[in-house]
Amino acid sequence: MPASIGYALWILGALLEVVVVVCALKRHSFHRYLCLNLYMLFSFVVSVIRYEVFSKFGLRSHEYLYCYYYSDAVLTIFLYLALITLYLHVFDEMKVEKYVRLAAIVLLAGTALFSYAVVQQSSQRMFTSFVYELSQNLYFVGLVLTYVLWGAILKLRETRTQLVQLVLSLGVYFSAFAATFALGNMFPNLQSVTYIAPLFGCMLPLAWAYAFVRLSPDARMVPARLAVVPR
Amino acid sequence: MATLIFFLSAAALLQFFISYCRSLIAASIKQPLSAEVRDVTGIPSTAAGEDFARVIQLLDLCPERPEDRGRLRAINAYFRLLNFVSSTLARIIPALMTWTDMERGQCAYFAAVTLDRRIAFSRDMLAQQIET
Repeated sequence: MPASIGYALWILGALLEVVVVVCALKRHSFHRYLCLNLYMLFSFVVSVIRYEVFSKFGLRSHEYLYCYYYSDAVLTIFLYLALITLYLHVFDEMKVEKYVRLAAIVLLAGTALFSYAVVQQSSQRMFTSFVYELSQNLYFVGLVLTYVLWGAILKLRETRTQLVQLVLSLGVYFSAFAATFALGNMFPNLQSVTYIAPLFGCMLPLAWAYAFVRLSPDARMVPARLAVVPR
Repeated sequence: MATLIFFLSAAALLQFFISYCRSLIAASIKQPLSAEVRDVTGIPSTAAGEDFARVIQLLDLCPERPEDRGRLRAINAYFRLLNFVSSTLARIIPALMTWTDMERGQCAYFAAVTLDRRIAFSRDMLAQQIET
C-alpha cells in the first residue's frame, strides 16, 4: 500500500475521532458515555503527538517507534477502562459497581504481569517488546471482556440499541486488533500488518459516530435476534 | 500463544461482525417500503437474496448519502460472507442454507430501505434547488 494511503487513513481516523465527540455533544450523549468520548479525545491528542514526532524524527526513527508503541499501550489501557464503563451501564441496576471496578483493576494488573513474564523469558528482554506484548494481551483481554459483556447483554435482555451497537462495534475493533497484533507476532516480517491497523482504527469511530447520530438513546431492540447462535 | 490468540480473535471477529451487521439490519427491517420502491425493485413485502444485486445497481444510480456509506459497505461485506457460506458450508449442512437464504433476503430488504431513503433525499435536494 502506498504511503499516501496510509497517511490519508491516519488523518481520516483522527478526524473521525473528533466527529464522534461532536456527534455525542450534538445528541446530548457526551455525559452518558463520558469515558468513550474521553477516549476518542485522548486518541485524537495522541494522533497529533504522533504526527509531531513523525514530522520531526521520521517514520523509521527510534523516537517515533517508541512514541507509537508507548502511546498505543496507554490508549489500549484507556479503551479497556472505557469498556469497563460499558459494563457499569449494563449492570447499572444490579449495584455491583465496586466489584466490576475491582475485577477490572486486578485483570489489568494481571495482564501487565503476564506480559512482563513473557518478555522476561525472551533473550532480548527489550522494554519495547514488553509494550508490544502488553498491547496484544490487552486487546485480547478486551476482546474476552467484550465477549462476556455481549453474553451478559443477551442474558439480561438489555434492549438499548445504542448501547448494543457500541458494544458490538467495540467487539469487532478489539478482535480485529488482537488478531492483527497476533499476526504481527507470528510473522514479524509481514509488512501488510502495519497498514491494517489504521484501517481498523477508522472503523470504531465510524461505528460510534453512527450510533450517536442515527440512534436515539431510547431506541430499543431484541438482542437475542442478533446472536449468531439462536437463543 | 500468538497463534492461539489469532485463531480465537478471528473467530470472535466473525461473530461480532455478524451480530453487528444484524443489528444494522434490525433497525431497518421494521420500516415499510414505499409503493414506488416496491414497484422499482419488484420486492413485495419480503425480499429474497437474489434481489440484492439489483437493488445495489439501483442504489448506484442515486446520489449518495454520506451517512449510508459505512453501513452499506458493512452489509455488502456481510452479504458476500453469506454467499460464501451458502456455496461452501451450507452444501454440507443443509440447515445453514435456510439461514443464509433468510439473511440474504434481509440484506436485500436493508438495501431497499436505503434506496427508499436515497430517493427521498434526492427529492428533497431537487425541491431545495427549485426553491432557490
